[in-house]
Amino acid sequence: MSTIKSRLRREKIAKILMQLAGIGITGSLFLIIGIILFKGLPYLTWDMISQTPQGGFYIGKEGGILNAILGSFYLAGLSTILACLIGLPIAIYLNAYVDQTSTLARVSKLLFDILFGIPSIVYGAIAFSIMITLGIRASLLGGVITITLLTIPIVVRTLDELLKTIPLDLKNTTTSLGATRWQTAQILLKYIKPGLFTALLLAFGRAIGDVAGVLLTTGFSDNLPLYLDEPAATLPLAIFFQLSSPIPEVQGRAYASALILTFIILIIVICTHILASRQKKHRL
Amino acid sequence: MHTYTSLATKETQTVTQMQLPHIQIKDLNVHIEGKHILKNINLAIPNNSITSIIGPSGCGKTTLLKTLNRLMDDSKNVKINGSVLVNGEDIYAKDAEVTHIRKKMGLLSQRPFPLPMSIFENITYGPRIHGQRDKTVLKEIVETQLKNVGLWEEVKDRLHHSATTLSIGQQQRLCLARGLAVQPEIILGDESTSALDPISTQTIENLLIDLKSEYTIVLVTHILRQARRVSDYIIFVYNGEIIEFGKTEDILLNPQNEITKQYVKGFIS
Repeated sequence: MSTIKSRLRREKIAKILMQLAGIGITGSLFLIIGIILFKGLPYLTWDMISQTPQGGFYIGKEGGILNAILGSFYLAGLSTILACLIGLPIAIYLNAYVDQTSTLARVSKLLFDILFGIPSIVYGAIAFSIMITLGIRASLLGGVITITLLTIPIVVRTLDELLKTIPLDLKNTTTSLGATRWQTAQILLKYIKPGLFTALLLAFGRAIGDVAGVLLTTGFSDNLPLYLDEPAATLPLAIFFQLSSPIPEVQGRAYASALILTFIILIIVICTHILASRQKKHRL
Repeated sequence: MHTYTSLATKETQTVTQMQLPHIQIKDLNVHIEGKHILKNINLAIPNNSITSIIGPSGCGKTTLLKTLNRLMDDSKNVKINGSVLVNGEDIYAKDAEVTHIRKKMGLLSQRPFPLPMSIFENITYGPRIHGQRDKTVLKEIVETQLKNVGLWEEVKDRLHHSATTLSIGQQQRLCLARGLAVQPEIILGDESTSALDPISTQTIENLLIDLKSEYTIVLVTHILRQARRVSDYIIFVYNGEIIEFGKTEDILLNPQNEITKQYVKGFIS
């Protein structure tokens, strides 16, 4: 039997460990943001946001990364929308139609877990080899498809976890009123609506930050991304290219680009939080 | 379709002859994950009366209730043999239409579970999924059913507020009204007052007594006093078998079986 003293001591140790972990993570997050701000802010100009790379941009001359900002937005936005359009029905099907203990449910959930863990370079490589076979060159569309495939497992698994938290009583209620499975599914959807934004956010975050998936499939272009069948620039790749330059000016711009990427993600996070909490408030 | 005229009055207890069976269970056996949960159930549940299913925890009373509206269908590894006749129709027949069967039976579960919608939409949910779109009809349904459960005066000014803003007792009455809105013939209650305070419990019990002139009511309860207060008939289930079935006073005051005697006296719980 442990004495009250040793129990209190363990309680204290556990608390300190948790606090240390918390401080460590928050601290490193601030460190990252601090470094980006410190190194990037001096190079952040209006030109960076409003212009495309001019000749000599990558050796420190004029221009901006509007091409990459727009490219990333299009790519992440389109893939997130597509991933939700495909992922949502899958999640609903797995939860409202399929018996949770059936082989189909278990195998497909396991499969999505595996897909979730596959690194994006693998997706990129497979998409790339398919594109080569079909004779398609690197393009925005190629990137969108690859990133959609990458984000579907995120959407499915997030929604699956959400749907699992719905009490069985809800299903029993609608069922005993004579609802069909589809009618029940509609209520489930209504129930998880606030959480849907979290899934969207996670998918968007993964999509906009991905480098490996787009490296082979989307290519890079100094032009504004106007067509789906042409290569497009993305922010992470723009950062990568600028960072590998030996010129301090260009390296500084890399941090400024990182700052822009971080800022975009910040805005998306805030927006989803507002939308989600509004949904929660209005949830009837 | 065969319809029954209401034979029962509030003095059902004094009627000596058992009324027409509304629900008839024949040789029902239920296995869940290989376990024999319900054994050779044969029952005739009478029309327009309250029948309570009592018995110790885990004896199969909730399973018995859930087989009545085929809610067991969705559970895993369930094997159901035998037949359940409602108005003479076998609900386990191969061509039986499940959603239609369930519509005939309102279920009042242990805890109230309002759908994530307004009070108004909760009541109209059932009629809407069955195709009722007319707004005036829906409004009428809401008023009638809320009056039926004595909730109208309390909520008439906030029909479009979330149903979760109601107290738990009000929520349970709302759920009853929601069930009644699909015009069932049978009300199934699965320990429907177990989450409620004594006053809300009394309200629900009185409501059920009022409703039995129009509905056949089957309740699962683990409270013997509740069974005494509300029911006309009692089914005593023990270990998946029906030990005794009869009029409330017969079962409670003059049980024939030794196990029933022990249960009624409180020796088994």
